Amino acid sequence: MNEIIVKKELAPKIKFIEFVNQDIARKTKPGQFVVVQMGTKGERFPITISGTNRDKGTVKLIVNEVGRSSQKLGALNKGEVIDNVAGPLGNAAEIKKFGTVLCLGGGVMVGPISYEIAALKEAGNRVIAAIGARNKDLLILKNEIQALSDDFHISTDDGSEGYKGLDFLRTIFEKEKVDRVIAMSVATVTLRTISELTKTYGIKTIVSLAPIMLDGTGMCGCCRVSVGGETKFACCDGPEFDGHLVDWDLLESRKRVYSHEERLSALLDEDQRKGFSSSMCRR
Amino acid sequence: MAEKLKLNRVPMDKQAPEIRRQNPNEVASGYTYEQAVEEAKRCIQCKKPGCVPNCPVNIDIPGFIEAMAEGDLPGAAKILYATNSLPAICGRVCPQETQCEQTCALGKKGDPVAIGRLERFMADWARENQEESGIGKVSLPKGTGKSVAVIGSGPAGLTCAADLAKAGHNVVMYEALHLPGGVTAYGIPEFRLPKGIVQAEVDYLVNVLGVELQLNQVIGRGATVDELLSDGYDALFLGIGAGAPMFLNIPGENLNMVYSANEFLVRLNLMKAYLFPEYDTPVKIGKRVAVVGAGNVAMDGARWAVRLGAEEVYIVYRRTEAEMPARMEERENAKEEGVIFKLLTLPTAIIPDDQCSVKAMQCVEMELGEPDDSGRRRPIVKPGSEFILDVDMVIPALGTRPNPIIAKTTPDLETTRYGTVVADETTGKTKKDKVWAGGDIVTGAATVISAMGAARRAATDMDAWLKN
Ligand SMILES: Cc1cc2nc3c(=O)[nH]c(=O)nc-3n(C[C@H](O)[C@H](O)[C@H](O)COP(=O)(O)OP(=O)(O)OC[C@H]3O[C@@H](n4cnc5c(N)ncnc54)[C@H](O)[C@@H]3O)c2cc1C
Ligand SMILES: Cc1cc2nc3c(=O)[nH]c(=O)nc-3n(C[C@H](O)[C@H](O)[C@H](O)COP(=O)(O)OP(=O)(O)OC[C@H]3O[C@@H](n4cnc5c(N)ncnc54)[C@H](O)[C@@H]3O)c2cc1C
Ligand code: SF4
Ligand code: SF4
Ligand code: FES
Repeated sequence: MNEIIVKKELAPKIKFIEFVNQDIARKTKPGQFVVVQMGTKGERFPITISGTNRDKGTVKLIVNEVGRSSQKLGALNKGEVIDNVAGPLGNAAEIKKFGTVLCLGGGVMVGPISYEIAALKEAGNRVIAAIGARNKDLLILKNEIQALSDDFHISTDDGSEGYKGLDFLRTIFEKEKVDRVIAMSVATVTLRTISELTKTYGIKTIVSLAPIMLDGTGMCGCCRVSVGGETKFACCDGPEFDGHLVDWDLLESRKRVYSHEERLSALLDEDQRKGFSSSMCRR
Repeated sequence: MAEKLKLNRVPMDKQAPEIRRQNPNEVASGYTYEQAVEEAKRCIQCKKPGCVPNCPVNIDIPGFIEAMAEGDLPGAAKILYATNSLPAICGRVCPQETQCEQTCALGKKGDPVAIGRLERFMADWARENQEESGIGKVSLPKGTGKSVAVIGSGPAGLTCAADLAKAGHNVVMYEALHLPGGVTAYGIPEFRLPKGIVQAEVDYLVNVLGVELQLNQVIGRGATVDELLSDGYDALFLGIGAGAPMFLNIPGENLNMVYSANEFLVRLNLMKAYLFPEYDTPVKIGKRVAVVGAGNVAMDGARWAVRLGAEEVYIVYRRTEAEMPARMEERENAKEEGVIFKLLTLPTAIIPDDQCSVKAMQCVEMELGEPDDSGRRRPIVKPGSEFILDVDMVIPALGTRPNPIIAKTTPDLETTRYGTVVADETTGKTKKDKVWAGGDIVTGAATVISAMGAARRAATDMDAWLKN
């Protein structure tokens, strides 16, 4: 179980991983995620599922190597086994015929959005896809998404390919009636910008939130977010929520809580790690 | 036997408070052989022992203690293991003062017999001397050909799985996390219950009794209860505990540096965040920490906070020490370690700083009024008593409730309004065909030994039903 059968680099530091796990493959629906844990010392971290192959019993992930855990996962090769994968976790995305849906994927989340787009198309929607990244080198799955969708746009933060930033969405909203927006990105600011924009147009907007998680099953409350004034656990009440109701300041601040530890962990090599007295890094 | 009644129990060695404040190792070192025999000799072997009926699994307490007093350790082990499959755990974590030891005859005049410590000694000896004690040797009966799914690997799941495997059934145990043991692995700290002990129990189950352990299986999200049953299991036991944390519902509760006790303890016990950065999971610690609540969970949180280097750690509780649900031993340990008990105090808001973190906690003072339905005097707010507690970290430890994942995905499983599963008290049978349940999922957060007792009763009923 959990043996990797395909491993590809899609862009610098962005890896595609397909591994065998019949149980997860059989049950997964778009919008759900897995929690991965590697080695006895590894942390538990969530990765959204980018698709499955039910015949082969495989699960597809796209991982951005941003720190220690994601690098460990990204370093595994074909034939190697991921120690622990739990899933599918979280609720499945709401998929039905909405009419015209604008699906926006940022960074690695272009993978999971492609999975939702395929389902939305099958449910009879017209899908406008927009994918984005910091710059043109980090754009992934361009051809795949274009082939899946009815209309296709690219945007980059620096304008090196496609539109610069997200303002182009205004032209779309002014030109045609969009019934729903679905946005996925690990970067909270992207989701927030879109939600604030669509609010002015009154378009229902679903965002997939990625707060820090621990167990991913609802037993710690680490992932709590405030939606419409109510506290929700993103791992089991979400991860998809109405973007117009999310308390963005809270989410952004909760995601920064370990930034000091993340930096520290990235700086140390293996020997230093062992020698480091744990109390030193706590303050 | 005892020539003269010895009123005081044999003391147990402990790490000194100033030392144990700085390490995660077990606080109490357990009896030596000589100490154990001496304490065992205090038992007066009552004809009608008061201790036995007050042990939730009715261990033959005078029986195993008598064997110990005679130096017959294998004999004592045999008696102990006949009714309790996890004595190394119970000896350490049972609230003995409200169970077996509360009704010990010696308690009237002096200290009750230290039953828990004797149980711990026996279990540790038996585990370390597998050959001599014979606990590792079991002759499994011929397989019945029936298979059972046990969901959850906490005390309830472990007990049910062991009993059914010993009865000859095929048992597969499903656990949501990447490590087995339930609360004994993720909740109760190393300094009270070394993790090697839990692992040894699980190894025994897998290697000796042949139980198949499937980790990372969140039943209800992955396979559902109905799917497992239609995949061919003849019966199913739910031992999924009550693991979802409750919060205070006061302003500021989602600030950074507010950790549910579950999150704090999972990071430390399951993920070993106290060894960060050697281990990858981090945890924060404040300078002044308020733990809200006064059960075992709260004490564990407070004592971890001390060990991580917090300068001041408070237990904030709205009643008085007399009503505290935590084990007496842990309350005393906490006090020795410098934890400050802020009693008759109720938090009303957590005040943010400009970094969305905790600046302080606003509280009111309470006083005790008339008894409520639990028989404890109801705390009421003292008017005009608001004050600010200067803390920079808050850990709500207000109890837990069942995770709704299984109830939501098993339509014909009857549950109460608290989310617990309805099951017959003597058989553990739920209203759903082929499904039994026991432990915290039925009672709400309770104790290790009561979960084991319920699981044992369910296993007995399941076995009878399977063989019928
Ligand atoms: C529900 C959910 C779904 C996710 N899906 C994916 C996915 O499909 N692909 C993927 O590559 N990543 C995904 N992530 C993010 C992924 O879990 C984190 O990138 C990973 O935990 C980082 O761990 P690390 O040790 O590599 O980096 P760290 O050292 O922990 O962090 C490095 C950097 O990444 C940022 N970071 C850490 N955790 C998160 C997080 N939860 N969200 C956003 N940024 C974070 C930190 O702020 C820091 O800047 C998801 C997160 C959640 C909560
Ligand atoms: C911090 C803390 C300290 C405590 N201290 C004491 C003490 O000193 N003495 C004492 O007697 N009691 C103590 N308790 C209480 C005691 O630990 C519990 O009553 C006991 O563990 C209950 O056992 P259980 O098997 O019913 O549930 P648990 O131990 O909670 O085990 C349930 C298991 O089921 C798993 N699970 C849940 N849902 C699913 C699912 N959908 N699919 C698969 N697996 C699932 C969980 O991950 C968990 O491993 C303490 C509890 C805590 C939290
Ligand atoms: S299992 Fe608990 S209650 Fe029973 S004898 Fe042992 S310590 Fe006492
Ligand atoms: S009640 Fe006390 S003295 Fe009597 S048998 Fe039990 S442990 Fe021994
Ligand atoms: S990650 Fe623990 S409750 Fe969501």
